Amino acid sequence: MQILALETSTEWCSAALWMDGKLHLRETHAGNRHSELILPMAQQLLAEQGVSLSQLDAIAYGEGPGSFTGLRIACGVTQGLALAAGCPVIGIGSLSALAAAASLETGAVGVLAILDARMGEVYAARYRDGVEVLPPALFKPEALPSPEPGECVAGTGFFAYEALLTTAWAGQNYSVSAQRYPGAAHIAQLAVPKLLAGEGHSAERAEPVYVRNKVALKKRER
Amino acid sequence: MLVLGIESSCDETGVALYDTVAGLRSHALHSQVEMHAEYGGVVPELASRDHIRRIVPLTQRVLEAAGASLDAIDAIAYTQGPGLAGALLVGASFAQGLAVGLGIPAIGVHHLEGHLLSPLLADPRPEFPFVALLVSGGHTQLMQVDGVGRYTLLGETLDDAAGEAFDKTGQLLGLPYPGGPEISRLAQQGDAFCYSLPRPMLNSGDLDFSFSGLKTAVLNLVHKNPEARREDVAAAFQVAAVEVLAGKALRALKQTGFHRLVVAGGVSANTLLRSRLNAEAARVGATVYYPPLALCTDNGAMIAYAGAQRLLADAPAADGVFTVRPRWDLSQLQAA
Ligand SMILES: Nc1ncnc2c1ncn2[C@@H]1O[C@H](COP(=O)(O)OP(=O)(O)O)[C@@H](O)[C@H]1O
Repeated sequence: MQILALETSTEWCSAALWMDGKLHLRETHAGNRHSELILPMAQQLLAEQGVSLSQLDAIAYGEGPGSFTGLRIACGVTQGLALAAGCPVIGIGSLSALAAAASLETGAVGVLAILDARMGEVYAARYRDGVEVLPPALFKPEALPSPEPGECVAGTGFFAYEALLTTAWAGQNYSVSAQRYPGAAHIAQLAVPKLLAGEGHSAERAEPVYVRNKVALKKRER
Repeated sequence: MLVLGIESSCDETGVALYDTVAGLRSHALHSQVEMHAEYGGVVPELASRDHIRRIVPLTQRVLEAAGASLDAIDAIAYTQGPGLAGALLVGASFAQGLAVGLGIPAIGVHHLEGHLLSPLLADPRPEFPFVALLVSGGHTQLMQVDGVGRYTLLGETLDDAAGEAFDKTGQLLGLPYPGGPEISRLAQQGDAFCYSLPRPMLNSGDLDFSFSGLKTAVLNLVHKNPEARREDVAAAFQVAAVEVLAGKALRALKQTGFHRLVVAGGVSANTLLRSRLNAEAARVGATVYYPPLALCTDNGAMIAYAGAQRLLADAPAADGVFTVRPRWDLSQLQAA
């Protein structure tokens, strides 16, 4: 199976090409230059491996949560590429990709993945053995669930509120992963079983998962 | 050359297929007006969220309507700016992804160049050179157009855009958003001469506009006359705005010595503006051109058309590198 994966939900930008278990990766700190970088990165990966778009079995994109604009760049580019290639697409959660990286690094079975959501909030989700046990949600840092025994915590959301959280969680038995950002490598890897299970779908159904959904007040709510 | 055009700069997702030989093949539009109405104006984040849901189905719809396959497309044009950054990025990302996927060039188009050239999609179409009056929700400009990419700004609004003035006045009168079409509907049953409103800068001697004073005058009028019929206020406002627009457009014709006036942008749908411009232009032997009515507001066809004109002159690199330009002055454009 050959999968192209794109991840632009944070200030990092990455593209990965999964070829039957072998993974090729490009990643860079992008600031807000994702639109200038993501397609050339994908094209270079394909060219280097001599893979054409029409040979892809699917395109996976980091669906979020994360920077709203970043999510739409990966999603929009994926829609366009997949329409042209005639292949299915699949969205993979940024918190699940972050958790997979943390689990690989620390060997922890349970991961509390936390990404900075700005405006004094974080996105967090909990995974056990790669299975989502607490779906991605928005929290005030002080309202985050505390880590379970043996769990590891990971992500920019932890480091943004490190002092507050370590105080609140004093005495708990948890470890801290060095992983801060989700990346395309784990987006690709997590896509494989889902695609094998037939979860790929058409480009028109590709949509970011924002989690933060209240973005404006209606006239009658003011 | 078959060009796919994609517009997503504000609250309309537009997609179209334009053929440089056969003309406009198909176009499709989704307006978010109803969604934003509940919020009293365009919410940028919600606009972006809607664009990304609509863009693929609209593309499939125009292909189907034209009986064309993706492989038949030679290039893709998308609105690169000006507009809402997040909304622009949706169209740009999709367009660039599709272009890279198909191995064809993608070109970023200036939104106002799209509006400016949209009357060229009508029959009969104007020859160059002409004077263009651009009147939309975000812009009010008079431009001298000598060719594709050869634009000289003659004058513009110093504050509110004309469409914005219609919308704010509509809001003041408690009309649903956007106020422009509502005002023109109400005004039909009103007496424009019941109240007299100022014609800001009509005799300023230059080609600039100002609409914020007119809006304030309406506010004062409504406060002083709480019993005023909304129909009459709408009619008085409309005639004042139209007289200023028409007066300045005619002055621009005189100043340039041109005999062709092109009117584009959402407010060009206004029937009073059209009849006034037609009458006054006829008096000086000039002809007024409008885009087809369906292409007055934002749409993909004008982007496909403007993109095609530029692509005929020069094909951009198909490298997948892109940025958007939320603020982008038309005068920075180069000739094609
Ligand atoms: N019949 C009309 N009379 C006056 N204004 C109108 C009419 N129809 C539309 N408008 C105005 O046109 C504007 C929308 O035009 P559009 O070209 O889409 O502008 P923009 O992209 O700058 O928002 C709105 O301000 C709307 O009120």
